[in-house]
Amino acid sequence: MLEITSIEKGIVIDHITAGYGIQVFNYLNLDKADYNVALICNAYSQKMGKKDIIKINNVIDINYDFLGLIDPNATVNIIEEGKTIKKVKLEVPDRVENIIRCKNPRCVTSVEHYFPHVFHLVDKDKRSYRCEYCDDIVVPYPVK
Amino acid sequence: MLKNRSLIDPNDFTREEFREIFDLGHQIIADPAKYSKSCEGKILATLFYEPSTRTRLSFETAMLRLGGQVIGFSEAASSSTAKGESIADTLRTVECYADIAAMRHPKEGAPRLASHYIHMPLINAGDGGHQHPTQTLTDILTIERLRGNVENKTYGFCGDLKFGRTVHSLVKFLSNYEGVKFIFISPEELRVPEYIREEVVRKKGIPFQEVDQMEPYMNQLDFLYMTRVQRERFFNEEDYIRLKDRFILDKEKMSYARPDTYILHPLPRVNEISTEVDDDPRAQYFQQAKNGMYVRMALILKLLGIY
Repeated sequence: MLEITSIEKGIVIDHITAGYGIQVFNYLNLDKADYNVALICNAYSQKMGKKDIIKINNVIDINYDFLGLIDPNATVNIIEEGKTIKKVKLEVPDRVENIIRCKNPRCVTSVEHYFPHVFHLVDKDKRSYRCEYCDDIVVPYPVK
Repeated sequence: MLKNRSLIDPNDFTREEFREIFDLGHQIIADPAKYSKSCEGKILATLFYEPSTRTRLSFETAMLRLGGQVIGFSEAASSSTAKGESIADTLRTVECYADIAAMRHPKEGAPRLASHYIHMPLINAGDGGHQHPTQTLTDILTIERLRGNVENKTYGFCGDLKFGRTVHSLVKFLSNYEGVKFIFISPEELRVPEYIREEVVRKKGIPFQEVDQMEPYMNQLDFLYMTRVQRERFFNEEDYIRLKDRFILDKEKMSYARPDTYILHPLPRVNEISTEVDDDPRAQYFQQAKNGMYVRMALILKLLGIY
């Protein structure tokens, strides 16, 4: 059995839908971390069957909009002295800025690059978003 | 209050605000001379990054008939865009010279982007295959003049419904009114985009059909809105050639329509409406173009806060 030890001070992102852990890992630039980080893929979960987990042995800024976008069912636990002192509840964000990019080649965002890429939530269940500029609809992280 | 507002998308204004514009449009048609000096000392900038005949001339004529003046460019090559200037910088510069601007751009969302960088009113005069709200004003004024109001009617849309920005804007607008039904007639490849079908039409519970034949549906329509298959919207010439002649409205197809079914078209037409239809009293597309000038006069007056 693979064993990952508990952390003293830091953040545990748990219940990530299996397969999305690596995307959270990359978005948080954890590949460049100089502190202990663990990405656990396909861990057993009674509720989910399998899940991904990220343990970060440091306190870092987390963009909760991004986490809510990728998986609103994930849980974020803030750890101090080995104990969970806070649990953050994630929500599907109504508006995201500079997290996803429009793929419509006819969109103005494909030729002008000095302004934020903004998307607005269209359907919470499908997690679909609409580009503020061209109205193209994307589902960046489909519900699995 | 419409003063200093921008019109980028048909959902930018409320029904009541659009009512103000249409009412003023009808008043201008009744007595255009009354408004001939209303915009003295005001300047409209027409910023056309993409070719246009009707829309640009319509905007410019509207301003001139209001006593105002016009500056601008009619293609990107004759503006600083050719030197690599951004849309934001061009618009911020133009704002130093003009009181109001109308902008056409081949990229979708360009007017929305521009509106974030300026304070003067900006009018979307067509952005790629996305939206064309002042064509919608033109269409609605025409519908009102022909049939009194837009409610409780069946509208057929035929041709390129995927890239047809005039269709997108008109469907968005009409979706806010009671009793409307839509019949979308197009090849499968040119059907209305998902954001229009799912987020506008279906979400608002509007009855609609997507079909690929004209004749069986002609007698159900109050208005048939024809559109051109636009060569400039295709990345692939072969697709354009394959689809361009799919729907052509001629006398024979008109024989299936009711006596009170009107034909609209945003123009320019290529061959999707045969010229033999032009003399049919139900063909209203040239009158529609004239109404476009009047309703743009009304829009300019409202956004400048003059009326």
